[in-house]
Amino acid sequence: MAESTNDLPLAEIRNYTMNFGPQHPAAHGVLRLVLEMDGEVIQKADPHIGLLHRATEKLAESKPFNQSIGYMDRLDYVSMMCNEHAYVLAIEKLLGITPPERAQYIRVLFDEITRILNHLMWLGAHALDIGAMTVFLLCFKEREELMDVYEAVSGTRMHATYYRPGGVYRDLPASMPKYQPSKWRSRKEVDRLNESRSGSMLDFIDAFAERFPTAIADYETLLTDNRIWKQRTVNIGVVPPERALQLGFSGPMLRGSGVVWDLRKKQPYEVYERMDFDIPVGTNGDCYDRYLVRVEELRQSTRIIRQCIEWLRKNPGPVMVDDRKMRPPSRAHMKGDMESLIHHFKFFTEGYDVPAGETYAAVEAPKGEFGIYLVSDGANKPYRLKCRAPGFAHISALEEMVRGHMLADVVAVIGTQDIVFGEVDR
Amino acid sequence: MEPSTAQPAAASAAIEALARTIEERVSGVRRLPSLPQDLAYEADPSQLLTVCRALRDTVELRFEMLMDVSGVDYLQYGHEEWVTSAATRTGFSRGRIADAPPDPDMPGRFAVVYQLLSISHNTRLRLRVTCPDTREPIVDSVVDVWASANWFEREAFDLFGILFRGHPDLRRILTDYGFIGHPFRKDFPLIGNVETRYDPEKKRVVYEPVSIVPRVLAPKVIRHDNRYEPALNASELPR
Repeated sequence: MAESTNDLPLAEIRNYTMNFGPQHPAAHGVLRLVLEMDGEVIQKADPHIGLLHRATEKLAESKPFNQSIGYMDRLDYVSMMCNEHAYVLAIEKLLGITPPERAQYIRVLFDEITRILNHLMWLGAHALDIGAMTVFLLCFKEREELMDVYEAVSGTRMHATYYRPGGVYRDLPASMPKYQPSKWRSRKEVDRLNESRSGSMLDFIDAFAERFPTAIADYETLLTDNRIWKQRTVNIGVVPPERALQLGFSGPMLRGSGVVWDLRKKQPYEVYERMDFDIPVGTNGDCYDRYLVRVEELRQSTRIIRQCIEWLRKNPGPVMVDDRKMRPPSRAHMKGDMESLIHHFKFFTEGYDVPAGETYAAVEAPKGEFGIYLVSDGANKPYRLKCRAPGFAHISALEEMVRGHMLADVVAVIGTQDIVFGEVDR
Repeated sequence: MEPSTAQPAAASAAIEALARTIEERVSGVRRLPSLPQDLAYEADPSQLLTVCRALRDTVELRFEMLMDVSGVDYLQYGHEEWVTSAATRTGFSRGRIADAPPDPDMPGRFAVVYQLLSISHNTRLRLRVTCPDTREPIVDSVVDVWASANWFEREAFDLFGILFRGHPDLRRILTDYGFIGHPFRKDFPLIGNVETRYDPEKKRVVYEPVSIVPRVLAPKVIRHDNRYEPALNASELPR
């Protein structure tokens, strides 16, 4: 006679621990995530960070102020100039100097170009993580153009070191670098590519801003109403607004939860109060809303860029404060004038002293509030520099956001947080 | 319109109003000198949690967000590596590695700095608390007040060795597994204490004392520069 199945001993089912990363394409760099799983469901997630820790803050303490600007680029290495911006703002606050108006417009222009760069990288990578390949390729096509703008203005495609306390390194170039014919590119192909590069840099950015909304529409066609995209993002990683405030969220993570907060509007720096743009907010606080917020930010950034271009075309002027202690002498002066040579030497070796004091300067970086807490004891080096990285607060809430979700949703949540380990680990 | 000439007056009036509210409604705080557009307070370490709760819950203040927690080590504050004032009589001294100040146990060496933000009133506040004991720097954890403090406090513990009473999970966060010391302390060398390499005989990575020599590329100098409106009055420096 058959025994009832109830009498059979149950198979022993235990939670198991799984390592996600540090080498995993969806970990967005070097995240080691120790997951405790019950089947496919996450019970506990313990992110181990610090694998990219370079002690940027300690290094900055050992160098004159200007020599650390380049380190800032390497924090959040997909929104380079915004990090520089917070750093130079903190120094300027302590020095009590204000950059010339044109420099402020150039900074706003490049902050928004940086925002587009960052959001394109985010959109491409996030879509790729969830399984949409095309978006990634489309995003990188546009991103390349903006990288060329970075290169034209600063000489490097990524780590620009373009903002300086007191202004920006140099004025916008009058022409764009052009493609040269080669074994791989015919004359005809090169002429087509160079068409938009025949004018000044502002013409080039203007042409980009003209056609970029069409590109955004393309991304949206591929994703916004896409059934798979919505299945993967709607109601995933929901954060209610009160909780988002408690967890120190900022940027699109906070706005996705419906909190109307944008430093560019609420605590405007540079010339943002003269810009006409809107703050998109979400309602549900899930991955889909944060996607919508960021895509709309692409459009708003394009609007700001166009306003900056219009002003910059009409108003030539200095881009650096006229203070010989803050700005190196010109090459011509240096070659013919002993004092200028000494100034140049002292400026690039010892640097300048910043009055003793403490301050905190924050900018609305693409990922959220990027802040610099700067303590100076009156020396030529920062006494203490603390970078408040938005991603650090976001990833500390990762466990809360993924608990109870499936393993595949972890990837969606990491993607929606727009994590970059350069700034999380510092 | 100049962007930043008319604003500061209005901004500092708002800041003074906020300061008055804080002094009326919150006890256990002392105002610190700061830039006119900033507001900074020092909290009494024994009343930190009461102060934080008051700052968060008082309707006129509502600092509902904690944006950042940062440890600070004031050990070498104001110590220069290159004395420039004596230069005229004896020639220039050479840049050197800063001597460790005589007393690493100096009182008030470690401080924790909180950056608060009120979304409702659009105001910011910097709150500092100094660890009462330097040998065992410990302050209350504010995780129960603001959940975002969790990792920020872990970071301050990891880098400065500041302990947080009542923190749910005070582990190292940024440094390597098995790391010894607190690297952002001013008496921790910039080049570190150990270096790693792969040992082909042992077939594993080994740790060894560092082989490079510390050096100063640009010495730290404090020049008394009166060109700028001084951010703080020299007599009112934090220390």
